[in-house]
Amino acid sequence: MEEGMYRAVCGGRIALQRRQYSASCREFSVRCPRLQLRSLSAATCSVWLAAYGLFVLSQNSMVLSAAIFITLIGLIVYLHFVKIDQESLLVIGSLGIQMTSSYASGKENTTFIEMSQVKDVVINEAIYMQKVIYYLCILLQDPQEPHGVSEVVPLFQKKAAAGKLLQFSLFPTRGCFVIEQSSCSWPSRKEKEPAFFIAPVGPEILADRNFEKNDQK
Amino acid sequence: MVLKVFFPSCCATAESGLLIGRWIPEQNSAVVLAVVHFPFIPGQVKQYLSEVQRVTQIDMCVLGSWSNSKQEKEEVLDKFLEDLSTIFSHEPWIQLSKEGDSKFWSCCIFQKCPSSPKEDEFILVYYDQRKVMLSQLHPTDSLTTFADHKGNDASKLGAVFDTVAKSKVLFMTDRYDDGPIKLTHWQSEGVEASIIVELMKQASVPVCMLLTFLLSLVSSVCKSRVLKFWPLSFIWSKLSTCEQLGHRLEHLQIISSNRKAQNQTQLMRKANIFVSLLIDMTLGILLMSWLYRENRIGQLADTLIPVADHIAKELQDLLQWLMGVPAGLKMNRALDQVLGRFFLYHIHLWISYIHLMSPFIEMILWYVGLSACLGLTVALSILSDIIALLTFHIYCFYVYGARLYCLKIYGLSSLWRLFRGKKWNVLRQRVDSCSYDLDQLFIGTLLFTILLFLLPTTALYYLVFTLLRLLVVFVQGLIHLLVDLIDSLPLYSVILRLCRSYRLAASVKFRVLEQKPGKPLRLLMQINPLSYGSVVQTYRLTTYACYPKDSWSSLCKKLFVGELIYPWKHKEEKLD
Repeated sequence: MEEGMYRAVCGGRIALQRRQYSASCREFSVRCPRLQLRSLSAATCSVWLAAYGLFVLSQNSMVLSAAIFITLIGLIVYLHFVKIDQESLLVIGSLGIQMTSSYASGKENTTFIEMSQVKDVVINEAIYMQKVIYYLCILLQDPQEPHGVSEVVPLFQKKAAAGKLLQFSLFPTRGCFVIEQSSCSWPSRKEKEPAFFIAPVGPEILADRNFEKNDQK
Repeated sequence: MVLKVFFPSCCATAESGLLIGRWIPEQNSAVVLAVVHFPFIPGQVKQYLSEVQRVTQIDMCVLGSWSNSKQEKEEVLDKFLEDLSTIFSHEPWIQLSKEGDSKFWSCCIFQKCPSSPKEDEFILVYYDQRKVMLSQLHPTDSLTTFADHKGNDASKLGAVFDTVAKSKVLFMTDRYDDGPIKLTHWQSEGVEASIIVELMKQASVPVCMLLTFLLSLVSSVCKSRVLKFWPLSFIWSKLSTCEQLGHRLEHLQIISSNRKAQNQTQLMRKANIFVSLLIDMTLGILLMSWLYRENRIGQLADTLIPVADHIAKELQDLLQWLMGVPAGLKMNRALDQVLGRFFLYHIHLWISYIHLMSPFIEMILWYVGLSACLGLTVALSILSDIIALLTFHIYCFYVYGARLYCLKIYGLSSLWRLFRGKKWNVLRQRVDSCSYDLDQLFIGTLLFTILLFLLPTTALYYLVFTLLRLLVVFVQGLIHLLVDLIDSLPLYSVILRLCRSYRLAASVKFRVLEQKPGKPLRLLMQINPLSYGSVVQTYRLTTYACYPKDSWSSLCKKLFVGELIYPWKHKEEKLD
């Protein structure tokens, strides 16, 4: 099991963990820092101070109860729907690829894509603000057209990583990279910020460790 | 190639024996369904398997051997198990063995002609047999078309679910049977059944027959020729209550038909209709009990006449305002007075009719309220019809205003063309130039001027009554939307998703269990249920949808020209 600390596009630190269970099964997980007590207390205090200020102005005690409700409900919604704890990608050769996002409240969203549906795994580029960033995505097979692509699924949708290039051999039949691009930002296709990308490349590139950009399909 | 074995978690503690199941060669995976224990006669095992194969249409075979030894490995047992592979020839022969209480199993694969020289990798996937058997996989759209096109390239998971679901007959024998074969599977401790379910199944047959008989009587009455004469058939088509009652009648017919549901979708549909009817009637009876307690019907009837009076008075005030100087606009006095007096007389007639009916209102309401026991949707439809009847005069005013305005606009457009020297060619459906005589031009221009200066008055009346009509239509539309919601919500599916979420599966999820180097990869397959949104979308009941017929632009155009609008359209055929 290998672990590395990287910096995400939004500035926070994230940890990447790679585990190999067997020759055809690997797991990559990206972990984000947990919710800090500092920020939680700061947010709660500010909301309640504002509510108390309004109460002093309006002398209506409903403001205080409303503030409590808002804080509670806002916290629950944030923990359950917004704050992601960990995102992991489990690749089981000849079965499929599974992407899990687990939220701070314990909720887990899992998507499983069967190997027969996967057409290819590519690196895609996009323009985010003033930079060009690269992200990983899976191309799904179009059932009607054998050469068509029905869907593009970006991986690691919520968090982005930045770091150095890694070399990794994933599928026994073709060499793949897990590339983490240094100091680049990630596209926000509908608030999705994928982390890194795997590209099928030939064996001659497997030896190149300083590979920075790969837009091969 | 990687070999995958789907092993039921209930057989992990079974005694040693043979593994039976299905081998899927194109995916290189084996689905183990049960374990046959020693002692057995190979001939009987083969016969049993062929019988099961005939019934379930799955090619079931002996996949390998399973040894669960409490002590250390026994050499004799190993040799015996290897010999079994010669009796039941299956390619490849899978040999799983578990020692003591160890979590990590070892497995070997014997192949007569190994296809590839590389070492075969082995993946062991545990699955919950009962949940997989009861669940129904809902693949996404891309996958269903995928399966249709290439039959053997279908989803792997679909094949696994299919295999387990079809082998129900295999799971019917438990360990207390006196047959020659002793099996272990999820039901081997005893077949699961529920007394309540069995009793309900027995009771449902006569109930369904009675219901079918009653429904046939009712539908024959409805279809009788007496009700088909012109005024009555017109009224039936306009009342939304009749439509709703007809809809519910169809639902009852679907439930009470004695044909068994062919597949899962039909079964869910029947269950959804049943639960929807039940909830509807419960809510209706609750409403009825609330209405009839403390003489609320009497109170309602007492307030109805004053409300109708109040509406009429408000309309009269509105018309007086229009007859004066509405919003600072100067009206044409004579036309204004004519239109205003015309509408005021109408209101006077309407009020007289309402007052004529007032002694009977309470009795009518009392009897009509009884029909709320047929369901909340029927009560809401009756409410919508009552609103339509009470505001009938607004509808009449709207029609008068619209027709007048429409005629005016029509005349204006035609005379405008004359003003410019053009004419509408009916044959060619286009505007052509035309030379008019002087007297035609003179009269045409005169009429055009008159119509143009009378336009603001008519337009104002039209505007006011159209707004009132739209308000009433909006309220009716809301009630119909609510009725549609109650009709089409698949409550049974939602409750099933809440309580037994494994029955509605969107996909699966894998969890990697503890690993030990040298031992095969162990995964746990769990069911990933459908989201609530997709449940509602997949199992929505068909309704006579109430949706806007026109887009906004065509609606505005119709309003401008003065055409009569019927914004809510009830589809004739069902919305599937």
